[in-house]
Amino acid sequence: MKKSKIMMLVGSALLLLLFVFPLWNITLEAPQYPQPIGMNIFITKIVDANPNDIQNINLMNHYVGMKPIPTEMTEFKIFPKVIIGMVILGLLIGFKAHYQWYLVWFILMLILGIAGMYDFYLWEYTYGHDLNAKAAIKFLNPDGSPLDYQPPLFGTELILNFKARSYPRTGAYLLFLGMALTLIAFFIGHKESKK
Amino acid sequence: MKSIVRNAFLAMVVLSFFTACNKSGKKDGQANGALASNAAERVYVAPGKYDEFYAFVSGGFSGQLSVYGLPSGRLFRVIPVFSQDPEKGYGYSEETKAMMMTSHGFVPWGDAHHPDISQTNGELDGRWVFINENNTPRIARISLKTFETSEILEIPNSAGNHTSAYVTENTEYVVAGTRFSVPIPQRDMPIKDYKGNFKGAISFIKVDQESGQMDLSFQIMMPGFDYDKAHPGRGKSHGWFFFTTYNSEEANSLLEVNASQNDKDFIAAVNWKKAEEYLKAGKFTTMPVNYAHNNFNENTHTATTTWGKTVRVLNPAECPGLVYFLPTPKSPHGCDVDPTGEYIVGSGKLAASITVHSYTKMMAAIENKKFDGDAYGIPILKYEAVLAGTVVQPGLGPLHTEFDANGNAYTSFFISSEVVKWKLGTWEVLDRQPVFYSIGHLMIPGGNSRKPFGKYLVAMNKITKDRFLPTGPEVSQSAQLFDISGDKMQLLLDFPTIGEPHYAAGIPAEKIMANSQKIYKLEENKHTNAIKGESEGKVVRKGNEVHVYMTMIRSHFAPDNIEGVQVGDKVFFHITNLEQDYDVPHGFAVLGNNNSELLIMPGRTTTLVWEPKEVGVWPFYCTDFCSALHQEMQGYIRISPKNSNVPISYTLDGDKLGK
Repeated sequence: MKKSKIMMLVGSALLLLLFVFPLWNITLEAPQYPQPIGMNIFITKIVDANPNDIQNINLMNHYVGMKPIPTEMTEFKIFPKVIIGMVILGLLIGFKAHYQWYLVWFILMLILGIAGMYDFYLWEYTYGHDLNAKAAIKFLNPDGSPLDYQPPLFGTELILNFKARSYPRTGAYLLFLGMALTLIAFFIGHKESKK
Repeated sequence: MKSIVRNAFLAMVVLSFFTACNKSGKKDGQANGALASNAAERVYVAPGKYDEFYAFVSGGFSGQLSVYGLPSGRLFRVIPVFSQDPEKGYGYSEETKAMMMTSHGFVPWGDAHHPDISQTNGELDGRWVFINENNTPRIARISLKTFETSEILEIPNSAGNHTSAYVTENTEYVVAGTRFSVPIPQRDMPIKDYKGNFKGAISFIKVDQESGQMDLSFQIMMPGFDYDKAHPGRGKSHGWFFFTTYNSEEANSLLEVNASQNDKDFIAAVNWKKAEEYLKAGKFTTMPVNYAHNNFNENTHTATTTWGKTVRVLNPAECPGLVYFLPTPKSPHGCDVDPTGEYIVGSGKLAASITVHSYTKMMAAIENKKFDGDAYGIPILKYEAVLAGTVVQPGLGPLHTEFDANGNAYTSFFISSEVVKWKLGTWEVLDRQPVFYSIGHLMIPGGNSRKPFGKYLVAMNKITKDRFLPTGPEVSQSAQLFDISGDKMQLLLDFPTIGEPHYAAGIPAEKIMANSQKIYKLEENKHTNAIKGESEGKVVRKGNEVHVYMTMIRSHFAPDNIEGVQVGDKVFFHITNLEQDYDVPHGFAVLGNNNSELLIMPGRTTTLVWEPKEVGVWPFYCTDFCSALHQEMQGYIRISPKNSNVPISYTLDGDKLGK
């Protein structure tokens, strides 16, 4: 079997590991939390980084009027289907199609990935902005607008007394690796076709 | 060189005397403390850092067990054991009342004496602490996962459970000998007929290795002496247990004189492996008794009492080889076995020397029947035949000896108020340090095991006087910390203690801290009245009992408005703390309650009874600062007149719960 083909197959199959490993992690650090509290975001669920973290995040956040972290989300239904679809498509392309299709797959996955990130951003925006009007604690920005509690999409940000860290986890790295493999597969396939 | 240093020091002392305008005539101890160079550094535990050792120090007449850190001397926690603790609701809540139950009924107080940490292969294992109650004879087991009292067992036929709660080297047994001999079974008889008629029971309590559950296995019915202290054989002497006795005169009045007449009392050597053989052979009598056995269930968060009705009794006169007496001078107190199990140190508390017996010689004396008569059928071994050696003139009034890992012994001297270090085998005195004042017991972490951690020694002093800022006629008790890692002991620190610290047990922190539980898991909460979510909150009337099922979480109760309760009702607040975060307890108190408050740890359910006597609307609130909105964590309960037609209702934010 051609090298490019193997890479395409492996690359797209790697996406399956998103069902096993978390895609993203948000961790909150504060002096009174010597063990930081956090959540691991999977394509199917959001879970405690350490036992009871989400309950404790919700408890803390309810003071400023934030809604609980959802246990049900439309994304949890859509993302798995998209990933399965892309794996099947990737494998079909790998087995049957011309190497140029590898690039098509890669670009499609890239668009879907960006769309996913945008969706994640939208959720974060709502999570940080959609506050209960009866919240016990209301902070204002210097300009008088209500303070929001949106966690960063990527990176570290100070939100009141908390340092919020938002970074990719194993699942995301495997996704990047898988996508990189399919892109490399395209270039290698291109080389192979010239021989 | 040394003399130059000394002269310089003296000069400084003289100078400072003149320059300090006679600040206060503090005694040696303080100067010594300052002398021990960098003492402050050696007891300083930087913010956020941990102590090296846990010290479990008995609370004496407080009935509780205190937990200190060493070397800092910081108090971490007072664990309620034998006394009610209204701060925590211990002994007041419906769940813990049963812990105070005895055959004499509800006993709200106890006199806690000798904590001992469980052992495996003669080494501290950090599973449990056992501690005895002297006044109403009991033994408690404290879990070192939860730092709470798990179990209290009453000891029948005992009358002053002082010779306790020491464990064998695999925690097979914990022992309980009686300090006061009494008629057994108890009966109405003249006190003057004590001699020959009173008996002293020594109990062996079996410990389940998985659960820690105690089970009164058997008692040895001993002569009517006073049984004082004990320690287990270890290593080669494993299978034996040694008990000191005094009042072998069997005096029943003015004991300070009449029990101090015999030149020698005894250390009783009990072969408990032999006892097991006799039990197996059926050589026991079954005696009817009545004793309470209180168990706190970790899943239901509830204590229950079961009643023991019989005990197996062995009569030493009819069981040859079970007990031997080792003559020991002058009303011995401490009975301490060195890490090798060879030496049994008897501290004659009215003597000016320390007597050390040899296990090897004892076995040979038994073999060769070197007896010096008997006492009530128990063979008395010849003093010279069992004596390993005597520490001559080390001080006055030896009480208790602990050991380091290098063959040294450290004995407390009450009368001469000092700690004396001496060498096992050569019996020479190596060092002595004064203590302030009048030391009772002392403790080296692991000092009663095969593996002592001979870095620190804690002296528990009986008299405090001027050691701390004065606080009126009653002052705290005092402990002193010595560094014993060098040739000479060095005083590092004074620290106050709760109650009267009779005795202590220390253990390296790493053997315990990783197991220390942080929360009670809600999903493991099997309390019959637990509710696992806010919506399950409710109020149920059953005749004149009103049961409130309530939850607490930052920063509200649910329900927090309760109506339909009447004067004359008995209100049961069954409260579950829904928190699952470390160190987020909530408290609960209601105005005018004749009971206590509650402190409820995360995931735990506790019940408090309140009997409202007045019509009105009464507040309840969280007593343990829990959050930014702690001050808002409050609610109201409306009390209507008897037979009022106000219906039961329970709401949160205007909504009935359960929707």
